[in-house]
Amino acid sequence: MATSSESRTATVDRDRRRLLASLLATAGAAGFLSALPGQAAQIPRQEAEGTLGPTPERDHGNALERMLDDLERALKKPLEERKWVMVIDLKKCIGCKACTVSCAAENNLPPGVVYRPVVEEEIGEFPNVRKRFVPRPCMQCDEPPCTPVCPVSATYKRPDGIVAVDYDVCIGCRYCLAACPYNARTSDFGEFYAEGLGQAGEAMAGERAMAYETRPNFEYGREWRREPGRHASPKGNARKCQFCLHRIENGLLPACVTTCLGGATYFGDYNDKTSLVHELVGSSRMMRLKEELGTEPKVFYLV
Amino acid sequence: MAHVAYDIDPVEHRPALIEGDPDFHGITEAVARPVEWRPPWGWYAVLAASLSLLGLFGVSIAWLFWEGVGIWGNNVPVAWGWPIINFVFWVGIAHAGTLISAVLFLFRQRWRTSINRAAEAMTIFAVMCALIFPGIHIGRPWLPYWMLPLPNQMDMWPQFRSPLMWDVFAVSIYGTVSLIFWYVGLIPDLATIRDRARTRLRRIVYGIFALGWRGSFRQWLHYEKAYLLLAGLATPLVLSVHSVVSFDFATSQLPGWHTTIFPPYFDAGAIFSGLAMVVTLMVICRVVFKLEHVINPLHFDRMAKLMLLTGSLVGYAYSMEFFIAWYSGNLYELFVFINRATGPYAWAYWTMVSCNVIVPQFYWFKRLRTHMGFLFVSSILINVGMWFERFVIVVTSLHADFMPSSWDYFKPTFWDLATLAGSFGLFFTMFTLFVRFLPMVAMAEVKSVLPQAHVHNRPK
Repeated sequence: MATSSESRTATVDRDRRRLLASLLATAGAAGFLSALPGQAAQIPRQEAEGTLGPTPERDHGNALERMLDDLERALKKPLEERKWVMVIDLKKCIGCKACTVSCAAENNLPPGVVYRPVVEEEIGEFPNVRKRFVPRPCMQCDEPPCTPVCPVSATYKRPDGIVAVDYDVCIGCRYCLAACPYNARTSDFGEFYAEGLGQAGEAMAGERAMAYETRPNFEYGREWRREPGRHASPKGNARKCQFCLHRIENGLLPACVTTCLGGATYFGDYNDKTSLVHELVGSSRMMRLKEELGTEPKVFYLV
Repeated sequence: MAHVAYDIDPVEHRPALIEGDPDFHGITEAVARPVEWRPPWGWYAVLAASLSLLGLFGVSIAWLFWEGVGIWGNNVPVAWGWPIINFVFWVGIAHAGTLISAVLFLFRQRWRTSINRAAEAMTIFAVMCALIFPGIHIGRPWLPYWMLPLPNQMDMWPQFRSPLMWDVFAVSIYGTVSLIFWYVGLIPDLATIRDRARTRLRRIVYGIFALGWRGSFRQWLHYEKAYLLLAGLATPLVLSVHSVVSFDFATSQLPGWHTTIFPPYFDAGAIFSGLAMVVTLMVICRVVFKLEHVINPLHFDRMAKLMLLTGSLVGYAYSMEFFIAWYSGNLYELFVFINRATGPYAWAYWTMVSCNVIVPQFYWFKRLRTHMGFLFVSSILINVGMWFERFVIVVTSLHADFMPSSWDYFKPTFWDLATLAGSFGLFFTMFTLFVRFLPMVAMAEVKSVLPQAHVHNRPK
């Protein structure tokens, strides 16, 4: 009996605390916004309020909503204080490869370029066989072996830990492809899915592309046009997963995270001790790929 | 002075280095002949064939610039394909020239004088071919100069930790030093051609390049000092260049590349393939230009001995790679080597082993070391093997990489073949022009190894 009354008291206490906290937060936010009237208009949620009504408070029982809050918190910090990490729960991964597809759609990836394949493994001996699916984004290593080999310094680790490629500088020597022990880099050989589908006898049948292939992509927050006959980046460059930098900088989760059917992929700021990813990395199921190479990957797997 | 015939060098008591006991003038006549005479029709035929291949090279590169690296067989696990293989192949070919001209000079190997000029020319032309490949290999081939530390307003600077960067310096320094060394060696011979010139144009052109050489004692003194210093400067490059090239592979974490044996193994292979190329070229040139007495079996015998040594070193490296793969207990390393020998590229691996390990073992026999037909065939086989060595290193390590889902079989396209054939076009065009317009044997140096030139020689 004692336990139940204690727990009831605890619930009441928690409710009271939550109410107080939300009151305080509202008051604080109001004070903050009144102090900075010019900045209020820049927050999209405030803009939306007029038409869609007040945004409900995010439910932290839903991992996606909690991660969005984590993301917003992280974006308020200076760049060098963030440490983006990804956690992939292999028990939840069902091998649907929706992440691979959404990634290709988000970054408009041509043939041969893939940022996040899902590796299938078959373990055991018949009849006791199981399958394991291992999604493999870029590990965004803390000690990346791909950056020092770049002869033109086109690839580098950003202060927030993401290994980026400067498409303007990359000359396409593909040394980083060979240096990456995770095969996380692919080369854009300038191909299109619709290549060779031209009418018989049509000149330059190779120079064709479907409309979906020629829409621009927005990697690194810039518009990249990739069209047949256009000899500009990212054609000829090394390309890799950058945790959808253009999305996270605008308060959205990476495409693979939002698409994951099993909810197996988590993303957030490891430097934030209250974040979901920090909690998951602490799990006893945590492992990283090829620890022995000393690359310090920032993609964690829960096995 | 009565002429005395020497089959045995009267001072050294060894077989004379130059057969038929020519006098100094005889050497000049023999060497200057191909430079001064109307070349035979065969020369024009070779030049035409080489120029056609060079044209193919131009077309391949133009198509590459237009269409992109997708025209080659490169795919995603095999991101480094034939261009890198060809680069390493040509850099390797280059090495023998410097070995013969600089290292053997410092070791006082006087037999080098008959072949050093042509070998050095081969070095320079091979470096020219080699330098083209990393430039066209890149995805945006109009930008290779971004690898150079050029001041610019684009906030760009090369990454000096990249082995590819070291390559840029290693190979360009090597090319520069080889060119200077070769040119300095040419000066007295250019003066000879100038003095023998029968037309005004030749006198002017060779005169400009002879830099006013008059053959005075003081000039010879300076010349020999400069030659010695340049030989000293070029010698470490023989070892450093291919070591740096091997770092391209050895510094990455890929099993099959990540081995400490690579620098000496690459160097031995480079000298091996370069000597084979010298042998191939010299077997033909000595006959075509009637220089059999200057470039005679004695020289081939010694080059074949060097090939036997370096070929055996390469064979040792092959077996040591396997041993370490097993002994280290590294499963990935072991897989790569077993896959090389028994996997889908086993044909390439065993081509390499038969050409590079088995063929040079025939050089234990003196008869075969001095048999021109055998030398010609075996030296070509060795270069086929050495090309396949680079193919095996690049392709078999990459094709079955860390991710089984991305494993792929590399197939070359027509443009891969055209680019390789085209680079041979460039090489042979340059070499064909060289044998026509420059003395292909270092006359002055050959004269210095004749018995008559020996300070202790007292004619009977």
